[in-house]
Formats: sequence, structure tokens, C-alpha cells
Amino acid sequence: MGRIFKYGDDVNTDVLFPGKHTYTVTDPQEMAQHALEDLDPEFATKVKPGDIIVAGKNFGCGSSREQAVLALKYSGVAAVIAESFARIYYRNCINSALPALALPEAARALNSGDEAEVDLAAGVVRTSRGEYTFAPFPPEVQAILDAGGLIEYLRDRFAK
Amino acid sequence: MGKTFSEKVFSGKAGRDVRAGEIVTLEPDYILTHDNTAAILRKLPEIGATRLKYPERAVVVLDHVTPAADSTHAANHKSIREFVADQGIHNFYDVGRGVCHQIMVEEHYAYPGRLILGSDSHTTTAGAVGAFAAGIGRTEAAGIWVTGELWLRCPDTMRIVFRGKLRRFASSKDLALTIIGRIGADGALYRAVEFSCETGDQFSISDRMALCNLAAEMGAKNGYFAPDETVAEFLGETRNEFRHLRSDPDAQYVEELAFNLAEVEPVVAAPHAVDNIHPVGDLAGKRIDQALVGTCTNGRIEDLRSAANVLTGRTVASHVRLLVFPASAKVYRQALEEGIVRTLLDAGAVWMNPGCGPCLGAHEGALAPGEVCISTANRNFKGRMGHPDSEIYLASPATVAASAIKGEIASPEEYF
Repeated sequence: MGRIFKYGDDVNTDVLFPGKHTYTVTDPQEMAQHALEDLDPEFATKVKPGDIIVAGKNFGCGSSREQAVLALKYSGVAAVIAESFARIYYRNCINSALPALALPEAARALNSGDEAEVDLAAGVVRTSRGEYTFAPFPPEVQAILDAGGLIEYLRDRFAK
Repeated sequence: MGKTFSEKVFSGKAGRDVRAGEIVTLEPDYILTHDNTAAILRKLPEIGATRLKYPERAVVVLDHVTPAADSTHAANHKSIREFVADQGIHNFYDVGRGVCHQIMVEEHYAYPGRLILGSDSHTTTAGAVGAFAAGIGRTEAAGIWVTGELWLRCPDTMRIVFRGKLRRFASSKDLALTIIGRIGADGALYRAVEFSCETGDQFSISDRMALCNLAAEMGAKNGYFAPDETVAEFLGETRNEFRHLRSDPDAQYVEELAFNLAEVEPVVAAPHAVDNIHPVGDLAGKRIDQALVGTCTNGRIEDLRSAANVLTGRTVASHVRLLVFPASAKVYRQALEEGIVRTLLDAGAVWMNPGCGPCLGAHEGALAPGEVCISTANRNFKGRMGHPDSEIYLASPATVAASAIKGEIASPEEYF
């Protein structure tokens, strides 16, 4: 199971990945080093593959920048569970195949130090505080997740 | 059951009845990208595609870090220029033409009933003239370039009704911030926001753009005013042929809110959230280092006039830098013709080139640790305009101008 990093409401894209880096930092590992740097400067050094971010309402509000998703993905984050997501961020998660789950009950119950894992196929989050189920994604979304992201989905489409 | 504006646009594009909540794949009329075009074009080889399906639907505007702040940005811009030439993209606006959202409206890409998608969260601005306009991600923009289409969920609609009349010293920016303060930064999450005024056509295109721009800060998918006579006149139409796009009287709204315009007062969004709204009087006396008039939110001629009205015959406090960013070259020229350039220059302002300026913290006025900026922009997130230990307060052009004079946050009321 992954460890949980818990944050509050309205975690915005500028703290997820500062705007000043958006046109200059393109390397995935370097992007990961800036993840959450203006909210939790230690995050980049503490995070391990499989860890999960849990947050409150409106996660990812602000800019449309995909680095705000990619920085977490390249850090090894396995999923983000929040009470709700800002809509472009949610789309960017799908397009980067980073599971984003709007589960208010789980988001409120889980805390830093808890452990969890997401079983996408079964539609369940198993945690040290119990299990939380979620509805399947719409077919349009599932197809992108299944391909491993929008680039891969489009690549399959163009290869045909 | 009648349809909302969004349901009508989606149904028209899909060629069948579409209702809120349904997911449909649609072809946008335009896909807007800016400096991030450099990153988007690099996705084409990853996808395995080489050409844009509809180059005439791409609009590319360089505005975010213009002129290039360093050689990395310069190389990005260069790659974009080569790309648009190679792909035959004619809707290209190079350094200095304006902020992308201003260009979309000014150049009439935004048009009633059109579906406009852009790889920038404030693409919602185009709803001011009755377009359905929403922000998307970069990879999605690449996808639209090569396939011409994208899946979208038809949003529920939240209706915000205005009654009464704004007082002279209160503006559409104060109104937008007041709404955000009431409903919160996620108050319109996933929704369309329909703005309407029951007491006459008192909202200019500029006002509407400010409100639709800030709909993004309410969490909205899109914001819009139904296209009326003001829109028809702006577009040079002799008659309003857009009435069919209005939401039907029996359309279903998920929420309706009303605001009395006469009660709107100058407000400020304090750090580090756009919904942290306070009456300007509560923050009066807060010392500032920088004041900014401009950006896609408030860089239009009406905004510059508002700042000039306050600053005529007055000077900016000696410890304050007042930076002015016209939203486009057209706005800049108009300001020159109206004498606003001189007025603000005499007051001690620094005129900057049309573009996004320091709004995203990359150049042209980034903040040092501990510095405070009052800005007409739309975001005050921690670290956005430079150092994480700096502070951004958001306000109207008049409030920013009044604060620049006093050297501290101040109400514009006494200058009217």
C-alpha cells in the first residue's frame, strides 16, 4: 500500500507546479523535483512510488498547465483522492492516466500517515481505515485510461 | 422541457438533442493556444501525427512571456513561428499583438454559438459575446489539432441574475470578486454560469469579458452572457440574429442567484485565494510595492480609462512601481489617441508591452520576497507573481490606481 499525503481545500496549480517553471522545465525528473514546492517543500524528497495524495475540495484549481499533474505522476504518485477536482485538472489527470477519484467520504476520513491502494478494475480504494467504492468511468474516459493516457490513445488511433 | 444555452450549442454541434450531463464528441470552431504551442507541437511526433486536420481552426497567440525573457523562451517562440509557417496556420499573432483572450474577442473569433476551446483556463472570456468557451489541457489541444474533435460533458447551468445599477466607483471587477466571495472558488465547479441583467443593457463587452474571465475562478466550465443587441452591435451586425441561442424560459438551472448591483462595493481578494474577499476599507493602509493594471482580466480601454480617471493630475507614491499592460496593440493605440498614455506616464506609470506581464511570475515585474502587489489580474495564488513569500491582492483598475497614489491599499471612492 502507498502512504497518504493529506492536504486541504483549493490546492492550486501554482503550488502544485509554479508558473515560472512552465516554459523552462521539461525533463520529467526535474519536473518531479518541483512538485508541490510552494505548499510542501519537503514533498519531493519524501514521496515514494505508490504514494497517494488526499485533499479537500477543488483540487488543482487554477491554470490549465499539465505539469501540475505530470509533476505528481513523475514523483511516483499512484492516485489523487479529493472531495472534488477543478475540471481542467481532472481532465489532465485522465489524459496523463493518473487516477483522480472524487470521493468526498474517503477524502475527509483519510489522513497523512494512513495507507491506501487504488484498484481501478474493481472500483475500490482499500485503506487502513476501510474500503471506499467508486462508479466506473464513462467509456470515453475509460478508453483513454486503458491506453495509458491521451497521447497513447491517439497514437493507437493514428497507427490504425 | 426547454434547453439552456449550453444544451443548444452542444445540440447544434452534435446534430442531435444533447442534455446536461451527457458526454459528446464535438468539433470546436477554434482551438486557441499561446506560448504553450511550443510544448503542444512537440506532442505531434509522440502521437505519430504530422499535420493539423484543420489549420484554419487553430489560433496561436504569443502573449505569456513576450518578448522572450531569455533564450529558452526565445527558442520556444522560434519553434512556434516555424511551426505555424509549416502548417499553414494563418491565425497567428506574434509578440505585441495582445493577450490571447483579448484577441479572440477583438478579432471576432469569438462569435455567438461557436464552440471555442483553448489550452488556457481563462478561455472562458470568449463567453462575453455568446460563445461557448472552455479551457482544456495541452495534450487535448494537440488531440484537437490532429483529430479536429474532443469529448466534452454538457454542463449543468447556474444562473446569476443582476438587478439595479452599479455605483460609479464600483465596477464589473468588484462584482465578479463579490460573486466569487459569496459562492467560493468552487462555487460553479463543472458548471456553465449564465450571467444576465434584468435592469437594462448596462454591461459593456469589456465588463462581460471581465465577468466571464473570472468565471474560471468560480470553477466554471464556461461563463457567458446570452448574445443580445450589445453583442450584435459589437460584431457589426445590423440586427440581432442570435436570439435563438438564449436559454429557453423553461430551461432547467441547477441553481439561481441574484445580486443587487447597488450594493456592490469596491472589494479586494487577499492572499492567497481568489475567494478571500474583503471590502477595500478592511485592508486600507496595507503598504504596497507594486501596482499592476492590465492582463486578460482588466487590460481593456475601459479599464485604462478607469485608472486614468483616478490618476489624472496625481502621482504614484514614490516607493511604488505602477505597471500598465494594455490587453492588445489596438487597446494601446486607443489609449494613445485618448491621451491616456500621457496621463498615466505623467502620473509615474511604466507602460509595458501588450501581453500577460508578470501575472504568471515569469518576467516583467516579478516580486521579491516580502513584496506586495495590488493587481487587476485574476489570480493571487502563493508564489504566482514571483517569490512564494510575496503577496498579491486583486482589485479593480480604479482601486489599483487609488492604491498606487496612496502607496497602500486604498478605496477609489474619494476620487470619483
